[in-house]
Amino acid sequence: MGFFDWLFPARRKAAGTEQPAPPSTAGGGSYNRSVSRRDVFKILGGAALTATACSTPFSSKEEKELARIGWEEFFQKNYREMTQEERDQVVQRLEQKARLKRGVNVNIKNTPPQDGVLFGYAINLSTCRGYRDCVKACMLENNLDEEMAMQYIRVFEIKKGKFDVEAGEAQYGHEVPAEGNFYLPMQCMHCEEPPCVPVCPVGATWKEEDGIVVVDYNWCIGCRYCEAACPYWARRFNWQEPSIPNEKLNRDQHYLSNRDRQKGVMEKCHFCVHRTREGRQPACAEACPTGARIFGNLLDPDSEIRWILENKKVFRLKEELKTEPKFFYFMD
Amino acid sequence: MLEFLKFVIAGFREATRGQRLYHLWMGTLTVFILIGVYFYSVQLREGLAITGMHDHVSWGLYISNFTFLVGLAAAAVMLVLPAYIFGDIDFKRVVLIGEGVAVAALIMCLAFVIADMGRPDRLWHMLPFIGYFNWPSSLLAWDVIVLNGYLALNVVIPFYLLYSRYRGRKADPKKYLPFVFISVFWAIAIHTVTAFLYAGLSSKPFWNSSILGIRFLASAFSAGPAFIAVTLYFIDKHSDFKIEENIFHKLGYIITVAAQINLFLLGSEIFKEFYHPTAHSHSAYYLFFGYEGHNALVPWIWTSIILNVLATATLTIHKLRRNRRVFLVMCLTLFVAIWIEKGMGLIVPGFIPSQLGEIVEYFPTMPEIFITLGIWALGLFVFTFLVKIAIPIELGYLHLKQSSTSTQGVEHA
Ligand code: SF4
Ligand code: SF4
Repeated sequence: MGFFDWLFPARRKAAGTEQPAPPSTAGGGSYNRSVSRRDVFKILGGAALTATACSTPFSSKEEKELARIGWEEFFQKNYREMTQEERDQVVQRLEQKARLKRGVNVNIKNTPPQDGVLFGYAINLSTCRGYRDCVKACMLENNLDEEMAMQYIRVFEIKKGKFDVEAGEAQYGHEVPAEGNFYLPMQCMHCEEPPCVPVCPVGATWKEEDGIVVVDYNWCIGCRYCEAACPYWARRFNWQEPSIPNEKLNRDQHYLSNRDRQKGVMEKCHFCVHRTREGRQPACAEACPTGARIFGNLLDPDSEIRWILENKKVFRLKEELKTEPKFFYFMD
Repeated sequence: MLEFLKFVIAGFREATRGQRLYHLWMGTLTVFILIGVYFYSVQLREGLAITGMHDHVSWGLYISNFTFLVGLAAAAVMLVLPAYIFGDIDFKRVVLIGEGVAVAALIMCLAFVIADMGRPDRLWHMLPFIGYFNWPSSLLAWDVIVLNGYLALNVVIPFYLLYSRYRGRKADPKKYLPFVFISVFWAIAIHTVTAFLYAGLSSKPFWNSSILGIRFLASAFSAGPAFIAVTLYFIDKHSDFKIEENIFHKLGYIITVAAQINLFLLGSEIFKEFYHPTAHSHSAYYLFFGYEGHNALVPWIWTSIILNVLATATLTIHKLRRNRRVFLVMCLTLFVAIWIEKGMGLIVPGFIPSQLGEIVEYFPTMPEIFITLGIWALGLFVFTFLVKIAIPIELGYLHLKQSSTSTQGVEHA
């Protein structure tokens, strides 16, 4: 570790806020610890080789094709302004790009919102035990960057007798459930009045008809204004080129959800657009071993979530901000 | 057209000539610019991960400096207003320097915004009609308009005046006064919009305050003219362009009153945060006293406050303010104090603790610091360049017929 290593900064391996979670407890460990200045230098210098080590040889034909795709992507319109035809083309182009870059076939959908659907989520605080299986499932499902161990879901451990997320602890590493605590998971609340949306200078993030707040990863300019505007700290930025090995790649993708992201753009929970628009449950709901997560259509009077809203005393976080989250909490 | 070409060539020749001190100064700045360019190229390749920012503190040194420099740019209005509109003879002589400061500050602002962007290659997405310009709902879109508009105004007005003088004609007030009027309002707009950018975020109680806009203006109108006063001193010393005592007196007045108002507003905020602290006061606690064992910003903010009070108190005393040396030292002190207050003291604590109460501190990295220094060097380079051309034209050394400077060229360092 030489003194001048910072002169040649390279990839930040597991630095900053995002720490890789120990395999047993996703989301635990030292995730979000503070980084000292010396750590940063160590990390910056240490990983100089990794960046160059992973290039694969291309035939010039493939290189040309990739260059053409890159060129076309540069001029790509905002997803919201595209016709269905253009969206199909864009998705095909992304599939071709994955074939050329990764050598794998992915299926990227562009399913539009379905009529009469408004998605909502409810969490049963009485049954959540803080296992963080949802966190792990989400990381795998959504191809989240491995190196920085990005996570959309945070579970807070809060002492009983208090009701204050700020007093909670998201970095617990011990066995759960711990005596005298309860657990409160958070992720993007898909606000009906999302403060993150109007602030975006280029309209790269918006609320879809089915209530899901999405980001166009090809349109975002990476100003991070939305990240500052979100009262629930739900947004995540790609501080470096995200990486996920082919073996772990979920090939069932959607343009607005888990397809390959790039460095310098914003992302966040999108209620598993690629699943939920086909009538499936989001990965976190499916993974929860205690059944604490109830996801469904708020407009369907027979849905489980409607039953909960009507029969339980539900509440939402930071109601005073009038963001109208579609993410509810209740207790038995 | 030919005249215009001659003007450009003569200006360029003027800017590339000078005494050894001048070349040394410009050379040093160039070195810093090049170092900044190197690190920016690394940042382009590796991403913003090479900075100290992270998802908790997602704006750092770049946006802090941006915020401060918007104020510096806006401060030109404090010279423009009396000079053009009230016809103040003293200010008329130096108003071009003020506009030079504005141009340089705005170029730095834009450079800082671009340095902070994750995808600068997609800048065109902001262009109205071609891209998707989210106006009027995004304050950032507003900021793009006002900053570029102000830059244009501050280039066009002095250019017209200097070009007329170069050609030996009298500038026609009918042609430029309307723009001067616009630029006065515009200057207030740029800093107000920048303040609203932060004040509009309900997610951040530390910024979400209605006096933020007026605080921004007060601090800008003290730090900005303070900077201009210091540059005027250097110009007075190193060129034939002599600055009368009167100008320093008038600037001193403006600086002092603005600094007093600024201190009062700061005090009001401190009172509100600490009289009965709520959950919303955590950022202020973190900033002033440290919070839960984290206190990286505490030495900064107290340095700032001490310097601020010291400078304001000293400047308030007539005798001391009238002493040239004391005045200049206090101007620099005030400048540094407000740089800390608007930068590290405002942007960073807004993120600590985070929206969910977590505390992750921020430390800028070396590459980030060098990019920042590079942008400052760029700004100073542009400013020196502009002043170097403007002064001989103003003095009448540089004009069309002769088209070259007299032997006693103007040296500014
Ligand atoms: S939780 Fe945050 S990111 Fe999600 S919609 Fe609301 S404001 Fe936007
Ligand atoms: S980071 Fe991207 S999505 Fe967020 S406000 Fe900026 S451009 Fe919009």
